[in-house]
This record gives sequence, C-alpha cells and structure tokens, in this order.
Amino acid sequence: MIETDQLTRCYGHLTAVDALSIRAEPGQVLGLLGPNGAGKSTAMRMIAGFLAPTSGTARVCGYDIRREPLKAKRALGYLPEGAPSYGELTVREFLQFIVRMRQLKPEVGYRRVDEVVHLLQLDDVLEQCIDTLSKGLRRRVGLAQAILHDPPVLMLDEPTDGLDPNQKHAVRQLIDTMARERTILISTHLLEEVHALCNRVVIIAQGTLLADATPAELEARSRYHGAVSFSAPGSGVSQEMLGRLPQVAAIEVDPLDGRITVFPKPGIRILEPVQTLLREQGLEVSEIQLERGRLDEVFRQITTGTADVA
Amino acid sequence: MSPINAVMRRELRSYFVTPVAYVFLVIFLVLAGILTFYAGDFYARGQADLQPFFVMHPWLYLILVPAITMRMWAEEAKGGTLELLLTLPVTLWQALLGKFLAAWLFIGLALGLTFPIWITVNYLGSPDNGVILAGYLGSWFMAGTFVAIGACLSALTRSQVIAFILTALVCVLLILVGQPQVLEFFQGTLPRRLINAVAHLSMLRHFGSIARGVLDLRDLLYFLLSIVGWLAAGVLLLDLKRTR
Repeated sequence: MIETDQLTRCYGHLTAVDALSIRAEPGQVLGLLGPNGAGKSTAMRMIAGFLAPTSGTARVCGYDIRREPLKAKRALGYLPEGAPSYGELTVREFLQFIVRMRQLKPEVGYRRVDEVVHLLQLDDVLEQCIDTLSKGLRRRVGLAQAILHDPPVLMLDEPTDGLDPNQKHAVRQLIDTMARERTILISTHLLEEVHALCNRVVIIAQGTLLADATPAELEARSRYHGAVSFSAPGSGVSQEMLGRLPQVAAIEVDPLDGRITVFPKPGIRILEPVQTLLREQGLEVSEIQLERGRLDEVFRQITTGTADVA
Repeated sequence: MSPINAVMRRELRSYFVTPVAYVFLVIFLVLAGILTFYAGDFYARGQADLQPFFVMHPWLYLILVPAITMRMWAEEAKGGTLELLLTLPVTLWQALLGKFLAAWLFIGLALGLTFPIWITVNYLGSPDNGVILAGYLGSWFMAGTFVAIGACLSALTRSQVIAFILTALVCVLLILVGQPQVLEFFQGTLPRRLINAVAHLSMLRHFGSIARGVLDLRDLLYFLLSIVGWLAAGVLLLDLKRTR
C-alpha cells in the first residue's frame, strides 16, 4: 500500500508538490497523470526516500518514510525517471549489486536474477555493459532492478518512456501480471497508458491534486461521452433531420472527412434514436460508433481549466 | 553482505573498468619514484631509510587524492544513479562509508605497489624495517584523511572541477597550517594558545613524527578523528541536500 498524507515539497518559493494526499491499495494500478513539470517525479522521489518532504509524509506498506525509511525502502521497488544504472557494469554485475544492496540471501539472489532476466528477456545481453545497450534494453534493466526483490509495492516513473510500441506492450503486460497482489504506482503523461494499465487515476498539475477517479469516470466527464458518430455520404440532409430529434444537443461535422458527431442532451442515450432515424430516412451509413469519451479532452480540461471547444 | 561492502565493491569495480585506476596507479608510482630520487636526494643522503620517500607523500596526495574523490558524488548526481543508490535500503552513512573505503583501499593498493623502493633500500643497506612499516601506516592514514575530505566536499557540488579545487585547497591548508612561516605570520595577531591549537591541526606535524619512525598513538588518533569528522560532515551535507 502507498499512502501520502499532505505531502509537500518546496524549492525556495516554488511549491513543486502541494499537500498531496493519495492512496493506492494492493491489486491497484494507480496512474499518476499530469503535464510535464506537474510534480509527478518530485512526489515519487519523496515517497522513495530520495528527497525529504518539506512537510507531510508518506507511508509504504504502513512504514512512515520519515520514521522508518529503511523498512519503507525495503518494501518498495522503484524505477527512477530515465531508468538510471551504472553503465560501466554488465547487466549481471548490476543486478548482483542490487542483490547485495538489498541483502538478499545468495541462493535467493541467484534465483531472482535468473527469474527477472528471463521475465524481461535480458538473457542475450546479460554479459554486456549497460552503456552499450539500446534505450529500450536499459529501461528493461531498470525494471529488472525494481522488481528483483519481489516487492509488495512498485513505483515506476514513466516506465514506457522511449520504448517502441512492441516494447511498450511487453512492459504493460508485465505490469498487468504483477498487478494482481501488488500495489503499483506509475507516473505517465501518456493517456493510452491509462487505458491500458490503470484502474485508478490521479491527475495533478502544478503540484496540486485535481482529480482522483477511475478511467471510466474520467471518460464520463468528456463532452464526447455517449455521443454517436458516423460517416454517411450526402450528409447534408441527415444533419437537418438529426437536429429535429428531441434528444440531440448539438451536431458537429468534421470538415476534413465529413464525419458527423451527434451529442446527446445530458444523461440521455441517443444511439437507438439516431439509428432509427437513419433507417427511416433510408440513409446508407458505412459505420456507426458510440463514443466512450475522450481522455485527452478531459485531461486538457482538468489541467488547463478550459473546455475543448471544437 | 552489508550494503557498505556492496557500495565499496561497486565503486572499486568502477575504478578498474575505466582507465582511471591504471592511469592513477602509473602516475602515482612514477611521481613517487621521481620525487624520492630527485627531489628527496635518496642517494646523496647516504642513509638507509625511506624518509625522503615519505616526506613527499603529502604533496603527492594533494594532487592525486582529489582526482580520485572528485567524482565520488558528482558523477552519481549527473548520471542519475544517486537517486537509485539512495532509494535502495542504505543509510547515508553506509553509502558514504562504502565509497570512502573503496577510495582508501585503492590508495592503499597504490601505496603497496611502491614496494620496490622498500626492496631497493633493503638491498642497499640495512634499514630499520619497523620504522618503514610505521611510515607506510602513517602515510596510509594521512591518505585516509585526504580521502575523507574529498568525500565530504564532493557531496557539496555537482561539478567535479569545483570538488577537485575545494579538496586540494582544504588539504593544502591542512598541510601548511603548522609550518613555521604560517605560524609566524599569525604571531602577535592571535593569542598564543590559539596558535598552538592551530599548529596541532597540521598534518605535517603529525605525519612528520610518524615518518621519522615515532608511532605515537596520538598522531594516529589525529588522523582517525579527522577521518570520522570529515565523513560525518559529508553525511550532514548529503542529508542537507535531500531537504534543499
């Protein structure tokens, strides 16, 4: 479990993290979302014990980071931003260093190194210097380091940053399989990641908590939530017709591809009425889609305070 | 195995996978030889001892130890590995001590590799090997003080150049502070007792008697306390950096 309690960090006059209180339970993947410079990394650095909080505190598995820092650090696996590692060491030497630092018993250490190397597909580069590895491989070495001691709590700062789509997929799958009995906190500015991974999202900007919800709840805040969009040739006629439906709040036509989006009045389902109307008018629709809501729009709305006006 | 040991081993490993260690060892040995035979008049003195060898050590360390210690924290801060290291379950004490021990052992190795000079002097005459052993021990402890100063001041800054200059500056002050010229300069302006106290801080005074073969516990204690003091200051600095 990770819990922060009014966690605050100031750099001189600048407040990087402002009284942040969040909570992640076992089995949860909590996404810490925010624009660059929002204070995500600063918050994580405090939880990991690298930076001291200006005020407030955090607990990892119940251990207060101020009073029992070593116990908190033992319970935590942490991937710092940019996945730093000692480049002059080979992958094996580096992982062995972590084994010693974490004081794992030698037999446990050897077994775990084998396991994580296999899990992250590092077998082929085990004897290579980390400096000679590609960015994606280095990121995986960083992940291997974080999960080496099989921690109950994982904290990953931008775990898929700089990976190609296949590697991203692999890392997400890994996080997904580890999520079951662990508490995982990841920071990201990739909205697709939230969809793919998180079952809870905390949005922060300028160090302040702005939203704490499930991805579905966030999507429901979108203007697009429940809207129906379709492409139809000769749309001029149907647009007028659609406007007459009592459930419809607004209609937008994409100037590029002519795709029509119909927005419902709040809390009303409009897929059926629209479909019925189209059928009655005998209009050919190549494809029709019910929108779940757009996270990027909600994200912009929350972090900049402005709604998306098309 | 304790984290101190793990940090020390990794640090030593880093010395030897990069050319740093080899360049250092070669320069150390060459300089030690040149200084002893040319500047120290090893032959002309006609005495079978290693005093001209040991007398040069403070000056040798003055240049070479800061070169070893300047990267101790600065490099980790730049590469981001500092965050990795300090979020592993180690205390600042353990991390600093591990790094200090690595550098100190490394200098010990360099010192040990000067053994040909010991063989030479034994070949040429019959020196008091107890005195020589005391000299080596004293020299190693003095090196430890230099390393501790470097370990502390390297934590102060992210710049390796600044770390080097600061360390060399503090070391040269500690070497020179007991010299008669320096003490005379303060005569009259400072009270006698203070001048006496300052004179006792001098490395040369403590090392000088050890190099002559007088292994006084108080001199070793001086070096040990200096090491502990500078390391403690280093831990304080590192802790301060976490909060700032």
